[in-house]
Amino acid sequence: MAPTSRNTSNRSGRLVQRVPIFWWIKKWNYTKFILRELSSVAVAAYAVVLIFLVHAVSGGPAEYQEFMELFQRPFWIGLNVVALAFVLLHSVTWFNLAPKAMVIRVGNWIVPPKFIVAANYAAWIVVSAAVAWILLEP
Amino acid sequence: MSKTPKISNEPFWWALFGAGGVVSALFIPVLIVIFGLAIPLGWVEAPDYQSMRVLLASPVTRLLLFGIITLCLFHWAHRFRFTLYDGLQLKHLESLILVLTYGSAMVAVIFAGIAIWTL
Amino acid sequence: MSNVERPAPSERARILVNLDGSERARRGRTSNVKDSVTTNSIKLEVFRWRPEGDGQPLFDTYEVPFKRDWVILDALNYVKDNLDETLSFRWSCRMGVCGSCGMMVDGDPVLTCAAFCRTYAPGPVRVEPLANFPVIRDLVIDMDDFVEKLGRVKPWIIPEHEKPLSEGEYLQSPEQLSDFKKYSMCINCMLCYSACPVYGIEPEFVGPAALALGQRFNLDSRDAGEGDRRNVLASDDGIWDCTLVGECTEVCPKGVDPAGAIQRLKVSSTNHWWKSFLMPWAGKGKV
Repeated sequence: MAPTSRNTSNRSGRLVQRVPIFWWIKKWNYTKFILRELSSVAVAAYAVVLIFLVHAVSGGPAEYQEFMELFQRPFWIGLNVVALAFVLLHSVTWFNLAPKAMVIRVGNWIVPPKFIVAANYAAWIVVSAAVAWILLEP
Repeated sequence: MSKTPKISNEPFWWALFGAGGVVSALFIPVLIVIFGLAIPLGWVEAPDYQSMRVLLASPVTRLLLFGIITLCLFHWAHRFRFTLYDGLQLKHLESLILVLTYGSAMVAVIFAGIAIWTL
Repeated sequence: MSNVERPAPSERARILVNLDGSERARRGRTSNVKDSVTTNSIKLEVFRWRPEGDGQPLFDTYEVPFKRDWVILDALNYVKDNLDETLSFRWSCRMGVCGSCGMMVDGDPVLTCAAFCRTYAPGPVRVEPLANFPVIRDLVIDMDDFVEKLGRVKPWIIPEHEKPLSEGEYLQSPEQLSDFKKYSMCINCMLCYSACPVYGIEPEFVGPAALALGQRFNLDSRDAGEGDRRNVLASDDGIWDCTLVGECTEVCPKGVDPAGAIQRLKVSSTNHWWKSFLMPWAGKGKV
Protein backbone atom coordinates (compact mmCIF):
# COMPACT_ATOMS: atom_id res chain seq x y z
CA MET A 1 0.00 0.00 0.00
CA ALA A 2 1.40 3.39 -0.92
CA PRO A 3 2.44 5.36 2.16
CA THR A 4 0.21 8.38 2.72
CA SER A 5 -0.27 10.77 5.60
CA ARG A 6 -3.25 8.63 6.68
CA ASN A 7 -1.30 5.43 7.26
CA THR A 8 2.04 6.80 8.41
CA SER A 9 3.00 8.78 11.48
CA ASN A 10 6.20 10.33 12.66
CA ARG A 11 6.88 9.22 16.21
CA SER A 12 10.01 10.57 17.92
CA GLY A 13 11.82 10.86 14.62
CA ARG A 14 10.84 7.43 13.34
CA LEU A 15 8.39 6.65 10.55
CA VAL A 16 5.68 4.27 11.69
CA GLN A 17 3.48 2.65 9.04
CA ARG A 18 0.15 1.32 10.20
CA VAL A 19 -1.00 -2.16 9.18
CA PRO A 20 -4.06 -1.84 6.89
CA ILE A 21 -7.32 -3.42 8.15
CA PHE A 22 -7.42 -5.80 5.21
CA TRP A 23 -3.77 -6.84 5.40
CA TRP A 24 -4.88 -10.39 4.68
CA ILE A 25 -6.13 -9.60 1.18
CA LYS A 26 -2.70 -8.64 -0.07
CA LYS A 27 -0.89 -11.97 0.23
CA TRP A 28 -2.29 -15.40 -0.64
CA ASN A 29 -0.71 -17.04 2.42
CA TYR A 30 -2.47 -14.53 4.65
CA THR A 31 -5.78 -15.05 2.82
CA LYS A 32 -5.43 -18.82 3.26
CA PHE A 33 -4.85 -18.22 6.97
CA ILE A 34 -8.01 -16.13 7.38
CA LEU A 35 -10.07 -18.68 5.43
CA ARG A 36 -8.73 -21.39 7.71
CA GLU A 37 -9.74 -19.39 10.76
CA LEU A 38 -13.19 -18.68 9.31
CA SER A 39 -13.76 -22.42 8.90
CA SER A 40 -14.55 -22.39 12.62
CA VAL A 41 -17.83 -20.63 11.74
CA ALA A 42 -18.90 -23.66 9.68
CA VAL A 43 -17.95 -25.90 12.61
CA ALA A 44 -20.08 -23.89 15.05
CA ALA A 45 -22.93 -23.74 12.55
CA TYR A 46 -22.98 -27.51 12.30
CA ALA A 47 -22.87 -27.91 16.06
CA VAL A 48 -26.04 -25.80 16.13
CA VAL A 49 -27.56 -27.95 13.35
CA LEU A 50 -26.90 -31.01 15.53
CA ILE A 51 -28.75 -29.34 18.41
CA PHE A 52 -31.74 -28.79 16.11
CA LEU A 53 -31.51 -32.39 14.91
CA VAL A 54 -31.70 -33.67 18.48
CA HIS A 55 -34.62 -31.32 19.14
CA ALA A 56 -36.40 -32.62 16.01
CA VAL A 57 -35.99 -36.23 17.10
CA SER A 58 -37.47 -35.37 20.53
CA GLY A 59 -40.42 -33.77 18.78
CA GLY A 60 -41.67 -36.99 17.19
CA PRO A 61 -41.66 -38.66 13.76
CA ALA A 62 -43.44 -35.77 12.02
CA GLU A 63 -40.96 -33.18 13.22
CA TYR A 64 -38.05 -35.45 12.32
CA GLN A 65 -39.46 -35.92 8.82
CA GLU A 66 -39.94 -32.17 8.42
CA PHE A 67 -36.37 -31.53 9.56
CA MET A 68 -34.93 -34.03 7.08
CA GLU A 69 -37.02 -32.51 4.28
CA LEU A 70 -35.54 -29.07 5.01
CA PHE A 71 -32.16 -30.43 4.00
CA GLN A 72 -33.48 -31.29 0.56
CA ARG A 73 -34.13 -27.69 -0.39
CA PRO A 74 -31.51 -26.49 -2.93
CA PHE A 75 -30.63 -23.55 -0.67
CA TRP A 76 -29.65 -25.89 2.17
CA ILE A 77 -27.81 -28.26 -0.13
CA GLY A 78 -25.81 -25.28 -1.42
CA LEU A 79 -25.10 -24.13 2.13
CA ASN A 80 -23.99 -27.62 3.07
CA VAL A 81 -21.57 -27.74 0.14
CA VAL A 82 -20.00 -24.49 1.32
CA ALA A 83 -19.92 -25.73 4.92
CA LEU A 84 -18.32 -29.01 3.83
CA ALA A 85 -15.63 -27.12 1.89
CA PHE A 86 -14.77 -25.07 4.95
CA VAL A 87 -14.82 -28.05 7.33
CA LEU A 88 -12.58 -30.04 4.99
CA LEU A 89 -10.21 -27.07 4.95
CA HIS A 90 -10.23 -27.19 8.75
CA SER A 91 -9.58 -30.94 8.91
CA VAL A 92 -6.78 -30.93 6.35
CA THR A 93 -4.96 -27.93 7.80
CA TRP A 94 -5.44 -29.25 11.34
CA PHE A 95 -3.99 -32.68 10.65
CA ASN A 96 -1.14 -31.26 8.55
CA LEU A 97 -0.16 -28.97 11.42
CA ALA A 98 -0.32 -31.72 14.07
CA PRO A 99 3.43 -32.56 13.92
CA LYS A 100 4.30 -28.95 14.76
CA ALA A 101 2.74 -29.36 18.19
CA MET A 102 4.09 -32.76 19.08
CA VAL A 103 7.61 -33.97 18.67
CA ILE A 104 7.56 -37.58 19.77
CA ARG A 105 10.75 -39.38 20.53
CA VAL A 106 11.14 -43.11 21.09
CA GLY A 107 14.57 -43.62 22.59
CA ASN A 108 16.91 -41.93 20.14
CA TRP A 109 14.52 -41.99 17.21
CA ILE A 110 12.30 -39.00 16.48
CA VAL A 111 8.99 -39.96 14.88
CA PRO A 112 9.00 -38.39 11.38
CA PRO A 113 6.29 -35.72 10.96
CA LYS A 114 4.83 -37.72 8.04
CA PHE A 115 3.98 -40.59 10.41
CA ILE A 116 2.12 -38.27 12.75
CA VAL A 117 0.15 -36.78 9.87
CA ALA A 118 -0.63 -40.25 8.49
CA ALA A 119 -1.84 -41.44 11.91
CA ASN A 120 -4.21 -38.48 12.07
CA TYR A 121 -5.63 -39.18 8.63
CA ALA A 122 -6.01 -42.86 9.53
CA ALA A 123 -7.98 -41.89 12.64
CA TRP A 124 -10.13 -39.63 10.47
CA ILE A 125 -10.97 -42.50 8.13
CA VAL A 126 -11.76 -44.88 11.00
CA VAL A 127 -14.00 -42.38 12.79
CA SER A 128 -15.83 -41.44 9.59
CA ALA A 129 -16.43 -45.08 8.70
CA ALA A 130 -17.67 -45.84 12.22
CA VAL A 131 -20.09 -42.88 12.25
CA ALA A 132 -21.41 -43.73 8.79
CA TRP A 133 -21.89 -47.36 9.79
CA ILE A 134 -23.71 -46.48 13.02
CA LEU A 135 -26.04 -44.05 11.27
CA LEU A 136 -26.76 -45.87 8.05
CA GLU A 137 -26.58 -49.55 8.87
CA PRO A 138 -30.19 -50.87 9.38
CA MET B 1 8.50 -2.29 28.79
CA SER B 2 5.03 -2.43 30.30
CA LYS B 3 3.88 -4.34 33.36
CA THR B 4 5.74 -7.38 34.75
CA PRO B 5 4.72 -10.32 32.59
CA LYS B 6 2.68 -12.99 34.30
CA ILE B 7 1.67 -16.52 33.36
CA SER B 8 -1.51 -16.39 31.33
CA ASN B 9 -4.71 -18.35 32.00
CA GLU B 10 -5.17 -18.78 28.29
CA PRO B 11 -4.39 -22.54 28.52
CA PHE B 12 -7.89 -23.11 29.88
CA TRP B 13 -9.49 -21.84 26.66
CA TRP B 14 -6.74 -23.16 24.41
CA ALA B 15 -7.23 -26.72 25.68
CA LEU B 16 -10.93 -26.46 24.79
CA PHE B 17 -9.98 -25.01 21.40
CA GLY B 18 -7.52 -27.81 20.75
CA ALA B 19 -9.88 -30.59 21.82
CA GLY B 20 -12.65 -28.98 19.77
CA GLY B 21 -10.36 -28.80 16.77
CA VAL B 22 -9.57 -32.50 16.94
CA VAL B 23 -13.17 -33.53 17.52
CA SER B 24 -14.58 -31.30 14.78
CA ALA B 25 -11.90 -32.36 12.30
CA LEU B 26 -12.69 -36.03 12.90
CA PHE B 27 -16.48 -36.03 13.23
CA ILE B 28 -18.03 -33.09 11.41
CA PRO B 29 -17.03 -33.82 7.77
CA VAL B 30 -18.74 -37.22 7.68
CA LEU B 31 -21.86 -35.78 9.36
CA ILE B 32 -22.12 -33.05 6.72
CA VAL B 33 -21.63 -35.56 3.92
CA ILE B 34 -24.36 -37.80 5.32
CA PHE B 35 -26.99 -35.29 6.43
CA GLY B 36 -26.12 -32.49 4.03
CA LEU B 37 -25.48 -34.34 0.80
CA ALA B 38 -25.93 -38.12 0.81
CA ILE B 39 -29.43 -38.24 2.27
CA PRO B 40 -30.95 -35.15 0.54
CA LEU B 41 -29.50 -36.19 -2.83
CA GLY B 42 -30.79 -39.72 -2.39
CA TRP B 43 -27.44 -41.53 -2.33
CA VAL B 44 -28.42 -43.28 0.91
CA GLU B 45 -31.61 -43.88 2.85
CA ALA B 46 -32.24 -41.61 5.81
CA PRO B 47 -32.13 -43.48 9.12
CA ASP B 48 -35.77 -44.06 10.07
CA TYR B 49 -37.26 -42.39 13.12
CA GLN B 50 -37.19 -45.51 15.30
CA SER B 51 -33.46 -46.18 14.78
CA MET B 52 -32.66 -42.53 15.54
CA ARG B 53 -34.67 -42.70 18.75
CA VAL B 54 -32.92 -45.90 19.81
CA LEU B 55 -29.52 -44.48 18.92
CA LEU B 56 -30.07 -41.26 20.83
CA ALA B 57 -31.52 -43.07 23.83
CA SER B 58 -28.16 -44.61 24.67
CA PRO B 59 -26.30 -42.64 27.37
CA VAL B 60 -23.04 -43.23 25.52
CA THR B 61 -24.34 -41.55 22.36
CA ARG B 62 -25.83 -38.71 24.38
CA LEU B 63 -22.56 -38.07 26.18
CA LEU B 64 -20.57 -38.27 22.97
CA LEU B 65 -22.98 -35.96 21.16
CA PHE B 66 -22.96 -33.44 24.00
CA GLY B 67 -19.16 -33.58 24.08
CA ILE B 68 -18.85 -33.04 20.33
CA ILE B 69 -21.30 -30.13 20.28
CA THR B 70 -19.70 -28.43 23.30
CA LEU B 71 -16.14 -28.75 22.05
CA CYS B 72 -17.07 -27.58 18.54
CA LEU B 73 -18.70 -24.46 19.96
CA PHE B 74 -15.73 -23.57 22.17
CA HIS B 75 -13.36 -24.26 19.29
CA TRP B 76 -15.27 -21.67 17.26
CA ALA B 77 -15.45 -19.18 20.14
CA HIS B 78 -11.68 -19.16 20.69
CA ARG B 79 -10.74 -19.08 17.02
CA PHE B 80 -13.31 -16.43 16.11
CA ARG B 81 -12.18 -14.27 19.03
CA PHE B 82 -8.64 -14.15 17.64
CA THR B 83 -9.91 -13.70 14.07
CA LEU B 84 -11.65 -10.53 15.27
CA TYR B 85 -8.48 -9.37 17.07
CA ASP B 86 -6.22 -9.88 14.04
CA GLY B 87 -8.49 -9.92 11.01
CA LEU B 88 -10.44 -6.79 11.90
CA GLN B 89 -8.00 -5.36 14.49
CA LEU B 90 -10.64 -5.23 17.22
CA LYS B 91 -8.42 -6.11 20.19
CA HIS B 92 -9.50 -2.92 21.93
CA LEU B 93 -12.99 -4.46 22.21
CA GLU B 94 -11.51 -7.46 24.02
CA SER B 95 -14.03 -7.64 26.89
CA LEU B 96 -17.02 -7.36 24.56
CA ILE B 97 -15.59 -10.01 22.24
CA LEU B 98 -14.91 -12.40 25.14
CA VAL B 99 -18.53 -12.11 26.26
CA LEU B 100 -19.95 -12.43 22.74
CA THR B 101 -17.86 -15.45 21.75
CA TYR B 102 -17.51 -17.56 24.90
CA GLY B 103 -20.88 -16.29 26.13
CA SER B 104 -22.81 -17.38 23.07
CA ALA B 105 -20.95 -20.70 23.09
CA MET B 106 -22.06 -21.25 26.70
CA VAL B 107 -25.66 -20.37 25.85
CA ALA B 108 -25.65 -22.84 22.95
CA VAL B 109 -24.11 -25.51 25.20
CA ILE B 110 -26.97 -25.01 27.68
CA PHE B 111 -29.52 -25.44 24.88
CA ALA B 112 -27.67 -28.57 23.72
CA GLY B 113 -27.74 -29.93 27.26
CA ILE B 114 -31.47 -29.32 27.56
CA ALA B 115 -32.21 -30.83 24.14
CA ILE B 116 -30.17 -33.95 24.87
CA TRP B 117 -31.49 -34.31 28.44
CA THR B 118 -35.14 -34.11 27.34
CA LEU B 119 -34.75 -36.67 24.55
CA MET C 1 40.10 -32.58 -18.67
CA SER C 2 39.45 -33.88 -22.16
CA ASN C 3 37.05 -32.66 -24.72
CA VAL C 4 34.62 -30.90 -22.35
CA GLU C 5 34.06 -27.31 -23.35
CA ARG C 6 35.21 -25.04 -20.56
CA PRO C 7 32.13 -23.19 -19.23
CA ALA C 8 32.04 -19.60 -18.06
CA PRO C 9 33.43 -18.84 -14.58
CA SER C 10 30.02 -18.14 -13.03
CA GLU C 11 28.76 -21.49 -14.37
CA ARG C 12 31.79 -23.48 -13.22
CA ALA C 13 30.84 -23.20 -9.56
CA ARG C 14 27.61 -25.04 -10.25
CA ILE C 15 28.82 -27.91 -12.40
CA LEU C 16 30.06 -31.07 -10.71
CA VAL C 17 32.68 -32.87 -12.77
CA ASN C 18 33.89 -36.48 -12.75
CA LEU C 19 37.57 -37.26 -12.64
CA ASP C 20 37.67 -37.88 -16.40
CA GLY C 21 36.27 -34.42 -17.03
CA SER C 22 32.75 -35.48 -18.00
CA GLU C 23 29.89 -33.61 -16.41
CA ARG C 24 28.22 -35.36 -13.48
CA ALA C 25 25.51 -32.97 -12.39
CA ARG C 26 24.51 -29.35 -12.20
CA ARG C 27 23.66 -27.60 -8.98
CA GLY C 28 20.89 -25.09 -8.55
CA ARG C 29 18.60 -23.53 -11.11
CA THR C 30 20.43 -23.66 -14.42
CA SER C 31 17.47 -23.27 -16.66
CA ASN C 32 15.37 -20.31 -15.80
CA VAL C 33 12.91 -18.88 -18.25
CA LYS C 34 13.87 -15.44 -17.04
CA ASP C 35 17.51 -16.12 -17.98
CA SER C 36 16.53 -16.04 -21.59
CA VAL C 37 15.39 -12.50 -21.19
CA THR C 38 18.27 -10.51 -22.60
CA THR C 39 18.07 -7.45 -20.43
CA ASN C 40 21.06 -5.26 -19.82
CA SER C 41 19.55 -3.38 -16.93
CA ILE C 42 16.88 -3.68 -14.29
CA LYS C 43 14.97 -0.97 -12.43
CA LEU C 44 14.74 -0.75 -8.65
CA GLU C 45 11.99 1.29 -6.99
CA VAL C 46 13.48 2.08 -3.63
CA PHE C 47 11.69 3.46 -0.56
CA ARG C 48 13.19 6.77 0.59
CA TRP C 49 12.50 8.65 3.79
CA ARG C 50 14.49 11.04 5.88
CA PRO C 51 13.46 12.29 9.33
CA GLU C 52 14.69 15.82 8.56
CA GLY C 53 12.64 16.03 5.36
CA ASP C 54 9.01 17.01 4.76
CA GLY C 55 7.62 13.87 6.43
CA GLN C 56 6.28 11.81 3.52
CA PRO C 57 8.13 8.77 2.16
CA LEU C 58 8.57 8.37 -1.60
CA PHE C 59 10.05 5.94 -4.10
CA ASP C 60 13.18 6.67 -6.14
CA THR C 61 13.74 4.67 -9.33
CA TYR C 62 17.26 3.53 -10.16
CA GLU C 63 18.37 1.67 -13.28
CA VAL C 64 21.21 -0.74 -12.47
CA PRO C 65 23.10 -3.23 -14.69
CA PHE C 66 21.48 -6.62 -14.86
CA LYS C 67 24.00 -9.34 -14.06
CA ARG C 68 22.94 -12.99 -13.79
CA ASP C 69 24.78 -13.58 -10.55
CA TRP C 70 23.95 -10.29 -8.84
CA VAL C 71 21.77 -10.19 -5.76
CA ILE C 72 19.56 -7.25 -4.74
CA LEU C 73 22.28 -6.19 -2.30
CA ASP C 74 24.75 -5.92 -5.19
CA ALA C 75 22.26 -3.73 -7.02
CA LEU C 76 21.81 -1.50 -3.95
CA ASN C 77 25.57 -1.17 -3.54
CA TYR C 78 25.83 -0.24 -7.22
CA VAL C 79 23.26 2.50 -6.58
CA LYS C 80 25.16 3.80 -3.57
CA ASP C 81 28.53 3.67 -5.33
CA ASN C 82 27.50 5.10 -8.67
CA LEU C 83 24.05 6.67 -8.67
CA ASP C 84 23.02 8.01 -5.27
CA GLU C 85 25.37 8.03 -2.32
CA THR C 86 22.59 9.25 0.00
CA LEU C 87 20.77 5.90 -0.01
CA SER C 88 21.04 4.30 3.45
CA PHE C 89 20.81 0.58 4.15
CA ARG C 90 22.39 -2.06 6.40
CA TRP C 91 24.49 -4.99 5.20
CA SER C 92 27.58 -6.87 6.30
CA CYS C 93 28.59 -10.44 5.50
CA ARG C 94 26.73 -10.66 2.14
CA MET C 95 26.52 -14.43 2.59
CA GLY C 96 23.43 -15.01 4.71
CA VAL C 97 24.92 -15.42 8.19
CA CYS C 98 24.89 -11.99 9.81
CA GLY C 99 21.21 -11.12 9.46
CA SER C 100 21.86 -7.44 8.64
CA CYS C 101 20.45 -7.03 5.13
CA GLY C 102 16.81 -7.96 5.59
CA MET C 103 14.39 -5.86 3.50
CA MET C 104 11.03 -6.17 1.76
CA VAL C 105 11.55 -7.04 -1.91
CA ASP C 106 8.33 -6.98 -3.93
CA GLY C 107 6.40 -7.26 -0.68
CA ASP C 108 8.25 -10.25 0.78
CA PRO C 109 10.79 -10.09 3.62
CA VAL C 110 14.07 -11.52 2.32
CA LEU C 111 17.81 -11.30 2.92
CA THR C 112 18.89 -9.06 0.06
CA CYS C 113 22.23 -10.88 -0.11
CA ALA C 114 20.35 -14.05 -0.96
CA ALA C 115 17.74 -12.64 -3.34
CA PHE C 116 18.93 -12.86 -6.93
CA CYS C 117 18.04 -10.04 -9.33
CA ARG C 118 17.21 -12.60 -12.00
CA THR C 119 14.38 -13.91 -9.80
CA TYR C 120 12.70 -10.52 -10.13
CA ALA C 121 13.62 -9.83 -13.76
CA PRO C 122 12.49 -8.01 -15.82
CA GLY C 123 11.42 -5.83 -12.87
CA PRO C 124 10.88 -3.15 -11.74
CA VAL C 125 11.72 -4.43 -8.29
CA ARG C 126 10.23 -2.71 -5.27
CA VAL C 127 12.61 -2.48 -2.29
CA GLU C 128 11.26 -1.31 1.06
CA PRO C 129 12.42 -1.39 4.67
CA LEU C 130 11.49 -4.42 6.79
CA ALA C 131 7.76 -4.24 7.62
CA ASN C 132 6.43 -3.80 11.16
CA PHE C 133 9.44 -1.80 12.36
CA PRO C 134 9.76 1.98 12.70
CA VAL C 135 11.94 3.44 9.96
CA ILE C 136 15.02 5.44 10.96
CA ARG C 137 15.96 6.43 7.42
CA ASP C 138 15.44 4.97 3.92
CA LEU C 139 15.86 1.18 4.32
CA VAL C 140 17.19 1.27 7.89
CA ILE C 141 14.79 0.22 10.65
CA ASP C 142 14.75 0.62 14.43
CA MET C 143 15.39 -2.78 16.02
CA ASP C 144 15.45 -1.73 19.69
CA ASP C 145 12.17 -3.51 20.45
CA PHE C 146 13.44 -6.73 18.90
CA VAL C 147 16.71 -6.67 20.84
CA GLU C 148 14.93 -5.95 24.11
CA LYS C 149 12.61 -8.90 23.57
CA LEU C 150 15.50 -11.25 22.84
CA GLY C 151 16.92 -10.35 26.23
CA ARG C 152 13.59 -10.71 28.00
CA VAL C 153 13.43 -14.50 27.50
CA LYS C 154 16.64 -15.01 29.54
CA PRO C 155 18.65 -16.42 26.60
CA TRP C 156 21.42 -18.08 28.61
CA ILE C 157 21.98 -21.45 30.27
CA ILE C 158 20.39 -21.53 33.72
CA PRO C 159 21.87 -24.72 35.17
CA GLU C 160 20.42 -26.77 38.01
CA HIS C 161 23.40 -25.71 40.11
CA GLU C 162 26.56 -23.91 39.17
CA LYS C 163 29.28 -26.41 38.39
CA PRO C 164 32.80 -25.41 39.47
CA LEU C 165 35.49 -25.76 36.80
CA SER C 166 37.09 -28.58 38.77
CA GLU C 167 34.04 -30.77 38.08
CA GLY C 168 34.70 -30.61 34.35
CA GLU C 169 32.60 -29.84 31.28
CA TYR C 170 28.87 -30.19 30.71
CA LEU C 171 28.55 -33.29 28.54
CA GLN C 172 25.95 -33.41 25.80
CA SER C 173 25.27 -36.21 23.33
CA PRO C 174 24.53 -35.58 19.63
CA GLU C 175 20.93 -36.64 20.31
CA GLN C 176 20.58 -34.06 23.08
CA LEU C 177 22.02 -31.45 20.74
CA SER C 178 19.56 -32.36 18.00
CA ASP C 179 16.71 -31.61 20.43
CA PHE C 180 17.31 -27.88 20.20
CA LYS C 181 19.81 -27.41 17.38
CA LYS C 182 17.49 -25.92 14.79
CA TYR C 183 16.21 -23.31 17.27
CA SER C 184 19.82 -22.22 17.82
CA MET C 185 20.36 -21.37 14.15
CA CYS C 186 18.66 -17.97 14.34
CA ILE C 187 20.74 -15.13 12.88
CA ASN C 188 18.46 -12.41 14.26
CA CYS C 189 17.55 -11.15 10.81
CA MET C 190 13.99 -10.19 11.88
CA LEU C 191 12.35 -11.47 8.68
CA CYS C 192 9.95 -13.45 10.90
CA TYR C 193 8.82 -10.29 12.69
CA SER C 194 8.12 -8.68 9.33
CA ALA C 195 6.16 -11.68 8.18
CA CYS C 196 4.12 -11.93 11.38
CA PRO C 197 0.81 -10.05 11.06
CA VAL C 198 0.26 -10.29 14.83
CA TYR C 199 3.49 -8.39 15.54
CA GLY C 200 2.40 -5.75 13.05
CA ILE C 201 -0.99 -5.32 14.73
CA GLU C 202 0.11 -5.81 18.35
CA PRO C 203 3.68 -4.57 18.87
CA GLU C 204 3.59 -5.93 22.45
CA PHE C 205 3.87 -9.46 21.06
CA VAL C 206 7.18 -10.98 22.13
CA GLY C 207 7.52 -12.43 18.63
CA PRO C 208 8.72 -15.56 16.81
CA ALA C 209 12.52 -15.26 17.13
CA ALA C 210 12.49 -14.43 20.86
CA LEU C 211 10.04 -17.24 21.65
CA ALA C 212 12.05 -19.73 19.59
CA LEU C 213 15.17 -18.57 21.42
CA GLY C 214 13.46 -19.25 24.76
CA GLN C 215 12.54 -22.71 23.55
CA ARG C 216 16.14 -23.26 22.42
CA PHE C 217 17.27 -22.92 26.01
CA ASN C 218 14.30 -24.78 27.49
CA LEU C 219 15.21 -27.82 25.39
CA ASP C 220 18.95 -27.64 26.08
CA SER C 221 19.92 -30.56 28.33
CA ARG C 222 22.31 -28.32 30.25
CA ASP C 223 19.51 -25.91 31.14
CA ALA C 224 17.06 -26.07 34.06
CA GLY C 225 15.48 -22.64 33.61
CA GLU C 226 12.13 -23.50 32.02
CA GLY C 227 10.35 -22.25 35.14
CA ASP C 228 12.32 -19.00 35.12
CA ARG C 229 11.31 -18.25 31.54
CA ARG C 230 7.69 -19.20 31.92
CA ASN C 231 6.31 -15.85 33.01
CA VAL C 232 7.62 -14.25 29.80
CA LEU C 233 7.05 -17.10 27.34
CA ALA C 234 3.65 -18.20 28.66
CA SER C 235 2.31 -14.68 29.15
CA ASP C 236 -0.50 -13.09 27.15
CA ASP C 237 2.09 -11.15 25.14
CA GLY C 238 4.15 -14.29 24.70
CA ILE C 239 3.00 -17.45 22.97
CA TRP C 240 -0.67 -16.70 23.54
CA ASP C 241 -0.77 -13.84 21.05
CA CYS C 242 0.30 -16.27 18.33
CA THR C 243 -2.42 -17.70 16.08
CA LEU C 244 -0.17 -20.00 14.04
CA VAL C 245 -0.27 -18.03 10.83
CA GLY C 246 2.97 -19.85 10.13
CA GLU C 247 4.47 -17.19 7.89
CA CYS C 248 7.45 -16.79 10.22
CA THR C 249 8.60 -20.31 9.45
CA GLU C 250 7.97 -19.76 5.73
CA VAL C 251 10.32 -16.78 5.50
CA CYS C 252 13.06 -17.93 7.88
CA PRO C 253 16.29 -18.29 5.88
CA LYS C 254 17.83 -20.63 8.46
CA GLY C 255 15.12 -23.25 8.99
CA VAL C 256 14.55 -22.28 12.62
CA ASP C 257 10.82 -23.04 12.45
CA PRO C 258 9.67 -20.54 15.11
CA ALA C 259 6.02 -21.52 14.50
CA GLY C 260 6.85 -25.06 15.58
CA ALA C 261 8.75 -23.82 18.63
CA ILE C 262 5.75 -21.72 19.68
CA GLN C 263 3.30 -24.59 19.13
CA ARG C 264 5.39 -26.87 21.34
CA LEU C 265 5.55 -24.16 23.98
CA LYS C 266 1.76 -23.88 23.86
CA VAL C 267 1.44 -27.62 24.50
CA SER C 268 3.99 -27.68 27.32
CA SER C 269 2.56 -24.53 28.91
CA THR C 270 -0.96 -25.94 28.72
CA ASN C 271 0.16 -29.20 30.33
CA HIS C 272 1.86 -27.24 33.09
CA TRP C 273 -1.13 -24.96 33.66
CA TRP C 274 -3.60 -27.84 33.91
CA LYS C 275 -1.27 -29.78 36.22
CA SER C 276 -1.00 -26.78 38.57
CA PHE C 277 -4.75 -26.26 38.33
CA LEU C 278 -5.76 -29.86 39.02
CA MET C 279 -2.93 -30.77 41.38
CA PRO C 280 -1.83 -27.57 43.13
CA TRP C 281 -0.16 -29.61 45.84
CA ALA C 282 2.44 -30.98 43.39
CA GLY C 283 5.91 -29.62 44.06
CA LYS C 284 7.71 -27.11 41.88
CA GLY C 285 9.35 -29.48 39.43
CA LYS C 286 11.20 -28.61 36.26
CA VAL C 287 8.10 -28.94 34.05
